[in-house]
Amino acid sequence: MDIRIVNIAKDFGATGALRGVSLDIMSGELIALLGPSGSGKTTLLRIIAGLEIPKTGLVLFDNEDTTGVPVQHRRIGFVFQNYALFKHMNVFENIAYGLRVRRHGERKPPHTIARTVRDLLDLVQLPGIEERYPAQLSGGQRQRVALARALAVEPRVLLLDEPFGALDAKVRKDLRRWIRELHDRTGHTTIFVTHDQEEALELADRVAILNQGRLEQIGTADQVYDGPASAFVMSFVGDTSSLEVVVCNGCMTIAGEPLAADITGTAEGPAMLYLRPVDAVLSDSPRALAGTVISARRTPTGRRLQIKLSAGNGIVELEADAAKIVKSGDAVGVRILRGCIFAKQ
Amino acid sequence: MLDAGRHDPRAVHVPAVTTESALMRRVLIAVALAFLTLFLILPVLLVFAEAFKKGIGALLAAFADPDAQAAVRLTLIVAAISVPLNTIFGLSASWAIAKFEFRGKSLLITLIDLPFSVSPVVSGLVYVLLFGAHGLFGPWLKAHHIEIIFALPGIVLATVFVTFPFVARELIPLMQEQGSLDEEAALTLGAGGLRMFLTVTLPNIRWGLLYGVLLCNARAMGEFGAVSVVSGHIRGVTNTMPLHIEILYNEYDFVGAFGVASLLTLLALATLAAKSFLEWRYRDAIANAARH
Amino acid sequence: MTMASWTRRPSAMPGFGLTFGYTLLYLGLVVLIPLALLLVRASGLGFAGILAIAAEPRVFAALRISFGLSLVAAAVDMVFGLLVAWVLARYKFPCRNVVDAAVDLPFALPTAVAGIALASLYAPTGWIGVPLKMIGISVAFTPLGIFVALVFVGLPFAVRTVEPLISEIDREVEEASATLGASRAQTVRRVILPMLAPAMLTGFALAFARSVSEYGSVIFIAGNVPYVSEIAPLLIVIKLEEFNYTGATAVATIMLALSFLMLLAINLVQAWSRRRFGHA
Repeated sequence: MDIRIVNIAKDFGATGALRGVSLDIMSGELIALLGPSGSGKTTLLRIIAGLEIPKTGLVLFDNEDTTGVPVQHRRIGFVFQNYALFKHMNVFENIAYGLRVRRHGERKPPHTIARTVRDLLDLVQLPGIEERYPAQLSGGQRQRVALARALAVEPRVLLLDEPFGALDAKVRKDLRRWIRELHDRTGHTTIFVTHDQEEALELADRVAILNQGRLEQIGTADQVYDGPASAFVMSFVGDTSSLEVVVCNGCMTIAGEPLAADITGTAEGPAMLYLRPVDAVLSDSPRALAGTVISARRTPTGRRLQIKLSAGNGIVELEADAAKIVKSGDAVGVRILRGCIFAKQ
Repeated sequence: MLDAGRHDPRAVHVPAVTTESALMRRVLIAVALAFLTLFLILPVLLVFAEAFKKGIGALLAAFADPDAQAAVRLTLIVAAISVPLNTIFGLSASWAIAKFEFRGKSLLITLIDLPFSVSPVVSGLVYVLLFGAHGLFGPWLKAHHIEIIFALPGIVLATVFVTFPFVARELIPLMQEQGSLDEEAALTLGAGGLRMFLTVTLPNIRWGLLYGVLLCNARAMGEFGAVSVVSGHIRGVTNTMPLHIEILYNEYDFVGAFGVASLLTLLALATLAAKSFLEWRYRDAIANAARH
Repeated sequence: MTMASWTRRPSAMPGFGLTFGYTLLYLGLVVLIPLALLLVRASGLGFAGILAIAAEPRVFAALRISFGLSLVAAAVDMVFGLLVAWVLARYKFPCRNVVDAAVDLPFALPTAVAGIALASLYAPTGWIGVPLKMIGISVAFTPLGIFVALVFVGLPFAVRTVEPLISEIDREVEEASATLGASRAQTVRRVILPMLAPAMLTGFALAFARSVSEYGSVIFIAGNVPYVSEIAPLLIVIKLEEFNYTGATAVATIMLALSFLMLLAINLVQAWSRRRFGHA
């Protein structure tokens, strides 16, 4: 099912607000809503679900206006961050719930419901735990039961609110991989909310990045990494260093000294140059920027250095070869290979 | 491109998901309020209405009646004895329970709660069995001309029994939650036991203590069943205010009965008001006290 | 200080001996010894003796009236207590705080005051008695009057046990139910009420135990007619006045046994629900 979100606005919390967010989601896509807390991503998800009503804007399911449709009738599946399982019902009753509350005309016979529940338990790889109660399950198991419960009603779209937030790291990694496989197998349109950029970019077909209620960028991992639409996106999805530069007629200078590099983005006048640790290297060339190492630490792949440039006092973080022994205090030369320019805020 | 601005979802009445429709809410509130008015508010209003029925003059005359005044005096004396006794007990018990570990603690707490689950009449009965004319110590007391039943000591005993747990019940969970850190800090600074108690413990528990004392007092002044059994109903001598109310009511002296009743009602209302105030101001300190 | 050190782990805190000793002494003198005496007398009668007294027509009638009406009153309290607790916990309306405080009235008001107020209210000439008489219902001096007084007495218990649970219900569970297609009524019936059931039962048991023991609030509005509207606590008082200590003891023992059973039942229900639902 396609979903179109058109110009949604809503106030939430003490100071937050969604401002004019629009995006299109294609049928069968696995899309992530990514952003820091307060960005409005959960509110947006809840508006799509029908748990909140937007101040203005439209939500369209397959081009039908669903904005006024109550959540009960939207045929969505929602998985809450803390699972929200019914504590007084066992696993079977939890999963069967959505099928049992249907009106008499639409309700399936008990043996069909039982078969559906068992099939779903097999799907989420938890066979045989029907009689257990949520209090007796681990976090990862509860997560999967919540998912099975949401899938039981054959939803048109699956909505997950920080699905791995309450789990510990190892379980999180396993479940991530498992959700992707599940999605590939079932083909549901899926939207999930997360603040973990690594998780979003690893799992999703496309990522929508929100910041302070605004949609900063929506795109694939390639598009987001290589063509960030704003300084926020660039610094949110990976480590970045930033330097103050001035752009004049296509030439870039840093503290007066000319700087040549492979630059994406356009700006004129005072601007910020953003680069990743791999976008700069140590260099002995006379045209390299002079700087002093202020910290050096070993990483699995090399040596992470923080270098204070003499020109302009900016700090560059770069990853050097492990073989090169560099210590704090050393004078080095830095050559910037690539970067993105954004206008100074 | 759809003109999204034209569509205003606020015009669509989609109810919030986790509450009933506005109509249902109003109906439920109305039914709840009607029930409460019928069962709770009307009786209180009636007390005051009947007290003032024949005018303020008649009411004041009722208060001036010597038997009524004796009843008020007796009630005050009984409260003045039983409330401090139970308060000291409450402080003592909660100190022992909250600051120390020993076996049988939960049994002790259950035993302290016992008078709460005993009928007021039975509370009086047990003392009659002990000190009544045909009771265990009856003959001995008679021989020594000591009067307990049908006299002040009996009334005090019965009242103490009935209001026994009130202060302790408020203080025990409060002190358990507060732990011993402050007291231990005082000890390391060289404070002696009593000084530590007065300067550290008491201030920490003051609102729970006040609340417990208020409840204890309200119950002590208002106790009827237990006192009725032990008092002998001797006018002017062994009648507390509740018993005096009974006598007046049975004689159809409604202004008198409701007059005295209105005094006790004012006390109850003041206790409730103080309770609300304390809960509002010191929510955390008495959060544990809400287990009636 | 050493007298009690074998029962506890050593502590730096002062005053254990003093406070523990005084606590036990006071508790023993005021509560335990008198109650023990009652039980001794009761055991003197023996189980058979107590049952024989319980079987006496007048005693049996009083017990039936007390227990029976308390059961019905506690059930009514349970239902309306849930309603009141729900309205207080979930809705905003003017004077909400006053209403919240008013729920404790039966707890704070002296029983004799409540007794005469209810009696006058429902008497044939009373504010409510008059309209009821017009439709042919008498409340005062009948078992119905006892019922009204017992509803009054038990209400705070039914409300206060459920209220905290209502506030604790995770709204997400209600939302989850809605996302799965349940209507509001279905959510209330299938999700919310079952979660409140243990607290409702506790409230019922507490209201019941309180109603059975109640004296002052009831004897004014009851007719106190033997076999018809005489409650068990009144029977105890009457037997005492006749110096029939034996009979009074027997009835009192039955009532104590009941309180104990109620407390036990409450604890069992709470323990079961904690195990099943994983609270605390």
